[in-house]
Amino acid sequence: MTSTNIIDVRNISVEFRGEEDTFRAVRNLSFAIAPGETLAVVGESGSGKSVTSLAIMRLIEFGGGRIVDGKITFNGQSGSRVLSDQSMRQMEAVRGNDIAMIFQEPMTSLNPVFTVGQQIAEAVRLHQNCSDAEARAEALRMLEKVRIPDARRILDRHPHQLSGGMRQRVMIAMALSCKPRLLIADEPTTALDVTIQAQILKLIRLLQEEMGMAVLFITHDMGVVAEVADRVLVMRHGEKVEEGTVEEIFDAPQHPYTKALLAAVPRLGALQGQDLPRRFPLLKADGDHRDASGYDHHPPQDTVTGDAPILQVRDLVTRFDIRKGLLSRVTGRVHAVEHVNFDLRRGETLALVGESGCGKSTTGRTLMMLQEPNGGQVLYKGKDILSLRGAERQEMRRKIQYVFQDPYASLDPRLTVGFSIAEPLLTHKLVKPSEVQDRVVQLLRDVGLQPEHARRYPHQFSGGQRQRICIARALAGDPDILITDEAVAALDVSIQAQVVNLMMELQEQRGLSFIFISHDMAVVERVSHRVAVMYLGQIVEIGSRRQVFENPQHPYTRRLLSAVPIASPEGRNRNRPLIEGEIASPVRAPNDPPLVAPLVEVEAGHHVARHPIGDFS
Amino acid sequence: MFGYLIKRLITTIPVVLMVMVCVFAFVHMLPGDPARLVAGPEATSEDVDAVRRSLGLDRPLPEQFVHYVSRVAQGDFGMSLKTRRTVAEEIGARLMPTVWLTVFAMLWATVIGLLIGVISAVKRGRWQDYTGMIVAVSGISFPPFWLGLLLISLFSVHLGWLPTGGYGTWQHFVMPSFTLGVGVAAVMARFTRSAFIEIAREDYVRTARAKGVPERRVIWKHSLRNALIPIITMVGLQFGFLLGGSIVVESVFSWPGVGRLLVDSVNYRDYPVIQALILLFSLQFIFINLLVDVLYVFANPEIRYK
Repeated sequence: MTSTNIIDVRNISVEFRGEEDTFRAVRNLSFAIAPGETLAVVGESGSGKSVTSLAIMRLIEFGGGRIVDGKITFNGQSGSRVLSDQSMRQMEAVRGNDIAMIFQEPMTSLNPVFTVGQQIAEAVRLHQNCSDAEARAEALRMLEKVRIPDARRILDRHPHQLSGGMRQRVMIAMALSCKPRLLIADEPTTALDVTIQAQILKLIRLLQEEMGMAVLFITHDMGVVAEVADRVLVMRHGEKVEEGTVEEIFDAPQHPYTKALLAAVPRLGALQGQDLPRRFPLLKADGDHRDASGYDHHPPQDTVTGDAPILQVRDLVTRFDIRKGLLSRVTGRVHAVEHVNFDLRRGETLALVGESGCGKSTTGRTLMMLQEPNGGQVLYKGKDILSLRGAERQEMRRKIQYVFQDPYASLDPRLTVGFSIAEPLLTHKLVKPSEVQDRVVQLLRDVGLQPEHARRYPHQFSGGQRQRICIARALAGDPDILITDEAVAALDVSIQAQVVNLMMELQEQRGLSFIFISHDMAVVERVSHRVAVMYLGQIVEIGSRRQVFENPQHPYTRRLLSAVPIASPEGRNRNRPLIEGEIASPVRAPNDPPLVAPLVEVEAGHHVARHPIGDFS
Repeated sequence: MFGYLIKRLITTIPVVLMVMVCVFAFVHMLPGDPARLVAGPEATSEDVDAVRRSLGLDRPLPEQFVHYVSRVAQGDFGMSLKTRRTVAEEIGARLMPTVWLTVFAMLWATVIGLLIGVISAVKRGRWQDYTGMIVAVSGISFPPFWLGLLLISLFSVHLGWLPTGGYGTWQHFVMPSFTLGVGVAAVMARFTRSAFIEIAREDYVRTARAKGVPERRVIWKHSLRNALIPIITMVGLQFGFLLGGSIVVESVFSWPGVGRLLVDSVNYRDYPVIQALILLFSLQFIFINLLVDVLYVFANPEIRYK
């Protein structure tokens, strides 16, 4: 490649030196980015994609890493520099000025003790010869540029007073304040809701066009890649697997790993025209093929049995008081769940979807009796479970089990996996003590793990394996209903697809009913028989999967679906309108309950809210 | 912010009352008759009765307590049995030397402790870290009475550079404030180090570096401002302990402060003074905690806007 490239990475290797052994996180990696171009680096956790970005910034040294080989050349306005040879002092002039970076976690990436204005102005003052007042004026201009409403007021806010999307805009404002030639965006939208993600992606693209900068976009999300990238570099275990234009990668992937990765990506619309959910057709990267094309196909998930629902939720209401001031008066109320109604049949998966604060998790927690509701009924086989006390309640907890989002936090690190799985068996006295061992082994096999894993501790397992362990533990009590709260959201796509398939397999074997809480529309389309879309604590639309996805009636459902990035470059529509606004807040003044009206049936089993809710009137 | 202060002030009221109950009960929990204790061993039983009546000890306990609280509120702590001067006068004369000693000890200990802690954290795993932590562990391990005597024998007896004890010039301050502050400096160093190491892993520190903020500024501005939040709490706690520590140090260096007054009063069984001093120490602790909470609000914007 020629020297017109903004950045030229040649054969770099990055090592982390441990006490005993040295870990090589990136091996012999090369790529280049031209001005105005976006290169997406994709890969799963541990692929070395973030290490690469930190190596370019030479921030890797602060994390104990070292560039041991290769050369990184940057061509800025002031000529070319070999970044890998620069001193730390020289790098300080490059960072933030020539190359800027935004990170994944907007909640923790801003310094909590300084105002937003101070933090942006600092970047300006560091690299430009200007007064404090000029830096502050520039900070204001940048905030307006990233479309923050009421920017003058936001300038004097501290980060904790802003939402995640706002904070990410502040990060972008800070990164772009010195007009860098290269922007490195490391999973900048992963922690955000889809509608906010769509806003941020659009914003980065607009600013990129305006400023003509190159973008290195790091992500694990193939949908985002298809949306933003000109070229794609696929990484695995620290090495480049494949590189090409976005069309080449998506339409004609060459390497088996790229193929496997793309097969595992949940794509919105993949089950168009089908009534029932279906497992992911997984490609075995190691060559264990089941059919000629290499994909492993499953029949549709026809598991719903019986007409009488196993669980009926009637007019469920859960609210939280917000107390403030001297006398702890109630100053507001979070209307987390507002008159929610649904049925769940045996062998059925009902998805609760929506964005942060829509009440989907609180609904799940209320069903689990982890949260006291303010009103309503939950009938399990016709019996109201909310009025149960003592032993009966305990027994009901066994029938409804929960799998949480974070498999790292939901297993006790000091107990063996076998003990964690055996605990529900012992608590509910389900089997004789002599048989506990056999049951644990059986459960481990059921979720695709080995019997000898019982003696290990959680830290010895990967994220996907831990989530399997959590599922085994949930199954130990022989439940009828599993509530999974974003249970696959934290997993890499290939692992996510495997765990989703496992859940569907267990549903087929055991006739389990699932309440699948998720924000990911594409995964929901895969797994669910029925879908309930939640917004501001209410169900705005409920119906069969096909009805909701192919014939969405509520404007919020449509907004949600249109914000999902399509994992195909042909499907991208860069000119679609930028959605404005924040995630709606369920907080209201005390004694000001929202309007709730019964849903209107638009076709058999498809109900939609026709009364005004939030922005939708 | 103002509401928070008021709220915080109100919550100290029950604490102050509890302290006063304890201090009041102190005299009543001592073995023997408080009137006889006050009157002295040679007093006749008529004298004891007179003392009892004059102290109001013949009244029911709740009434005595109310009386005690109202006297304290007016600054009346009774008479010292030893000097026959009012306790308020007695303590007033000794208060400032202790305050100065504590403040000096606290100042140098905080500054040095913070410095050692930050350097150890930044140079983690290198010789600067090991040296800093060895010094810190030694600092915690030295008992102050022994360290004090050691210093006197070296700097006063052998070298003759500093006075062995007493109060007056800056030379008098050197050894007592050093002895008093060593433990605090050591605790501060260790605490700052761990707080700093924690903060070095925060995403916003990485953000600061990604902006091109010079390393010096990353440490002393971005990291320290955040580390200060837990450190302030620690300083407050240590300040309280220093007041206790001054009892030993003042005795070793014949410092004319309230610590030594307490020791002397205990030796003489000067109960009104002891009672007043215990109250004073407790109130100081409460006051410092209040101060810490206020400083905390300034350091931590998340509380400021709640």
